[in-house]
Order: sequence, then C-alpha cells, then structure tokens
Amino acid sequence: MIELKGIVKRYELGAETVLALAHIDLLIERNEYVALIGPSGSGKSTLMNIIGCLDSPSEGEYLLNGRNTSDLSEDELATVRNREIGFIFQSFFLLPRQTALQNVMQPLVYRRMTPAERRERAVDALAQVGLADRLDHRPNQLSGGQRQRVAIARALVGKPSILLADEPTGNLDSRTSADIMALFDALHQQGQTVVIVTHEPDIAAYCQRTIRVRDGHIVEDLRNARATA
Amino acid sequence: MNVLGEAFRAALASLNAHRLRSFLTTLGILIGTMAVIAVVSVLQGFSDSISDQFADLGSNTLTLEAINEQENFRRGRVNRIQFEDIEALRYRVSGIDSVAPIIAAPLGSTNYRGRSATPQILGTTEGSQDVLGLETSIGRFLTASDDQNGRRVAVIGTDVRDELKLPNNPVGEFITVGNEWFRVIGILEKRGEIFGFSQDNRVLIPFNVARSLTGTFERPYMEVSFTITNLEELEQVRERALRTIRNSRGIRPGQEDDFTIKAADSFVKQFNQITATATAVLAGIVGISLLVGGIGIMNIMLVSVTERTREIGILKALGARRRDILVQFLLEAALLSLLGGLIGIVLGLLAGMGIASLIPNFPPAHVPLWVMAAAAGFSAIVGVVFGIAPASKAAALDPIEALRYE
Repeated sequence: MIELKGIVKRYELGAETVLALAHIDLLIERNEYVALIGPSGSGKSTLMNIIGCLDSPSEGEYLLNGRNTSDLSEDELATVRNREIGFIFQSFFLLPRQTALQNVMQPLVYRRMTPAERRERAVDALAQVGLADRLDHRPNQLSGGQRQRVAIARALVGKPSILLADEPTGNLDSRTSADIMALFDALHQQGQTVVIVTHEPDIAAYCQRTIRVRDGHIVEDLRNARATA
Repeated sequence: MNVLGEAFRAALASLNAHRLRSFLTTLGILIGTMAVIAVVSVLQGFSDSISDQFADLGSNTLTLEAINEQENFRRGRVNRIQFEDIEALRYRVSGIDSVAPIIAAPLGSTNYRGRSATPQILGTTEGSQDVLGLETSIGRFLTASDDQNGRRVAVIGTDVRDELKLPNNPVGEFITVGNEWFRVIGILEKRGEIFGFSQDNRVLIPFNVARSLTGTFERPYMEVSFTITNLEELEQVRERALRTIRNSRGIRPGQEDDFTIKAADSFVKQFNQITATATAVLAGIVGISLLVGGIGIMNIMLVSVTERTREIGILKALGARRRDILVQFLLEAALLSLLGGLIGIVLGLLAGMGIASLIPNFPPAHVPLWVMAAAAGFSAIVGVVFGIAPASKAAALDPIEALRYE
C-alpha cells in the first residue's frame, strides 16, 4: 500500500528553485493497476522516483506498507528498493555482459540467499514471463520484447510489493507492446500491484485507474471503465 | 561471503571484458614486481651460495691477517704476518683449540710425467682440517708428524689431479713442486668455485716444509686461522690474542695495530650487509614503480567508473547499497593489481633464472617464498589503496542521475 501525504519536491538549480511536485496526496491500495500519465516535465517522473524510493521528498510523508520512508538513510532506501520495489525501465537497463539468468539473479545478490536458492527463484521468474528457454542468452542475443520480459522477471524475482514501470513499452513496436501489457495484466490478476508511468493514453487504457499529473499536481484521478479484474 | 563471492565474480567478468585494457593498466605493477623478483632471485642465489661456501668456517673461527694500507702497499712497504706471530698464538694464548697457519709458497709449477700445472701451493698444518673444514676424499690429510719431520708429502685438489692426468687414486705417486719431489698422500674433497675461482686448484704441503722451501724469499704471505675452545670466551680469547700478537710484533703502547683478528664469518656478514643495502635500495625503486603503477590503476578505474555510471545506477535501483558498489570496485582494482603482481612474479622468476644461467659460474637463482608472498600481497594492497578513490566515487553516485547518464 502506497500512501503519499502532502508530498512536495523542490530542486535547487543554481539560485532558482524549481517546484517539481507541489502538493501530492495519493493512496494506492494493494493489487491496484495504476497508470501515472502526464506530459514530460509534468512531475510524473519525480513522483515515480519518490514512490520507487530512489528519491526523498522535500516535504510530506511517504508511507510504504505503513512504514514511513521519508527519513530513511540512503542505504536503508536501497534495502527498501531491493525488497519492496520492482523497477522496469523504458530502455530495459539489463547488464549487457550478463546472461538473462544472471541479470534476474542480480537483485537477490543483495540478500542473504544461497546461490542455489537465487538460481531457483530466477528460473521461476523467467518461466513466469515465458523465457524459460532463454536462460543463458545475453541481452544482445534477445529481441526487444524478450529483453523487456527479462527486465520484468528481474523486477518480479524479489517478490516486491509494487511493480514500477517507467514507459515500459516506449522502445517497443505496437505488437510487442500489446504482449508486454498483456503480461502486466496477467501479473495484476495474480495479485501484483502495478504502477505504470506513461504518456500514452493507449497504454493507460490497460489499467484500472489513471492518475493524470500536470505541473506538479494531480489533476485527474479516474477509475477506468475497462476494469477487468 | 555471499555478496563478496558475487562481487569477486563480477570483478573478474569486468576485467575479462576489457582484457587488453586490464593488461595495459596493470603493466606498471607487472614490470615493478618482475624487476624486484628478478633482482632478488639473482642476489639471493648469490648470497645462498656464498653462505654455503663459508658454512664450513664456523662462528668459533678467528683469522689473523696483516693490515696493508693501500698507500704503503704502493710504496712497496708490505706488512706480513710473521712466523713468530704463529708461534705466539700456538704457545702463548690460552683458550685456543687448533691453529692453522697458511703460507702461500710461490714455488713455481707442479709436474708429473712431463705434464705441468700451476696450482696454488699452500703450506699448512693438520689444524686446517678442523679450522678451515678441509677434508680428504681419498687418502689422508697432513699430520703433525709430517710437519715435525719435514716430510715431502702433498694433498692435492681434484683440479690438479685432472690437469696432471694423475690416476684417479694418485696416493703414492710422486709429483714435483718447484724443484722438489713430493709424494701424493691424499685428494681434497671437491669444493667448487667462489667468485669463479676454483677452490680445487691447490696443493697443500706441510707448513714447515713450505717454510724451509720459501726460506729464500724474504717474507712469504701468511695468514692464520684458529678455533677457540669455548665459544663464550670468543671476545676474551680475541683480546688475549691481540695483546700477545702486539707483543710479538713489537708494537709499542699507543701505536696502532698493523694486523686484525677477524671472525671468519665476517666476510659473510659483510656480504649480507651489502645484500641488505642493495635490497633496501631496490625496495625503494620498487616502491616508486608500484606507486606509478597504482596511479595508472586509479586513472583507469576512474575512467571505468564514468563509463559504467549507468550500470552503477541500475545496480543501485536494484537495491545495491553504497558498500556493495564500493566492495565491487575495490575488489576489481585489487584483482587487477594482484594479477599484474602474479604475472610479474612468474616473469621475474624466469628472468632471474635466465640471468643466472647466462653468466658463467653463477649460482642458480632462488627466491624465498615469503618474498613472493610479500610481492603478491603488496600488489594487492596497492590495488586496494589506489582503488579507494574510484570506488568511493562509484559508491557515491546518485542513482537517479546515474540512470539518466548517457
């Protein structure tokens, strides 16, 4: 469960102060399927960074599963990211020299876990995204869609509370995009909380709820008609 | 351990991904380590062989020698040990076990059935068997009675036997030394070479015989080695010997000694001192070269951190803490440096062996294990020390900016 209370984020750019997030109150329940939508510069990326514990707010409280993360240290935030957040990026951000399996095992390296256990969970995660036969391929031996599936497997492997996807289909053609969105649908139906940041209404349409951000404010919060689950 | 093992694997993979660059980066460390191992191996081999050769001279052996100042020597004023000094040592100093005077007898060539050789002719007594550790492999050594009776007998080195084509067991054969006939009574155990000088090209004859035969020469070169009965008394015996010899040489009070009494292993000590100094100088040079090598590693690691900013951002997003990143880059720098060190050790050993085998009569190269361990350890430490700056830079990266880095 994500609970944002009065979140403000300011950046100091030289003498100027830029207000990226003005005053955000937001509640996302477990197993919601949410799209954060808005043009570039709207503040949606900042919002995502805060939800993903990559960044801390200037003001306000962020409760993740009831735990206040606003005053955590950098290393404590890293641990929260490792356990609670599964990131998916537009450009996949796989480690190029590692195989699909090694990429998926990477988040588990930062946990106390035997290599056998890590491997088992990574294999399971890759099977879940339909890549059980691509374990030993390197990213450059995979198609764009397959790479994004590896990235999704990597996000899933730590059993996070939230899957946080930043323009996950931005680098994919429309057919592959549909496949990836179908995968998110399936994950959502299995109980996963999914937050997708996008600027494409088509992608937002897959979700149950659309939150529109503009100029650092939430300007719209809609439950979609196409609520599948 | 788990995280460390993973970081180790990642570090190896990353070095392997840029093999040529890794190799060039660590070249400074490699060459530094190679140089030190090569030089140490040669020096150490040399030092070992010196120690071996002098091992026979125990620490309870003292040697009496005349001091010859360079200046006086050039003017022809040569200072010698005299027969009286030997007598004085033998009969007037207590605490001395055996005395082995050695007289260099310039008697000319040695002949046997028309063949000729020019060995070193030394007159000595049975005492040198103990004092200098001379042993015979065939026949017997000189005895006190040979000396007292002035017997014309000789113990010869293996080189002399070979050069004169004497039978393998030449005991009982007669050879001439100068114009005198000598009966061969024994063969000296083979001793090899020191500094390329054969220790087997010599003929030993009784001291008194040598003395009478060199009677025509004014003062032959002599030195005396002697052992003391009780090692604890070394200094006292040395003092007594000094006083007695001063007396016998007629040195007045206040006048300086014109002779020294040295411990026989003082040469070895001196040599070890030279080796130690050389090693210290070498260590300094190696320190500088490792410093330069370390800076090279730091430089490339900084470049590598910049290149891998995105990767670091990804790892941080996946939950890597500061110290996870720090450990990975430190380990990479240490491994890089250690690898250079290890290759340097191997190449240095080969170079040392090559040098030793190229110089004739040079003892084989040898490096003590601890030196190799120290070289390897030191290179790893250099890697860690010079890896600190790049690794901290990597660990301190902000994940959002690192992810945005193109």
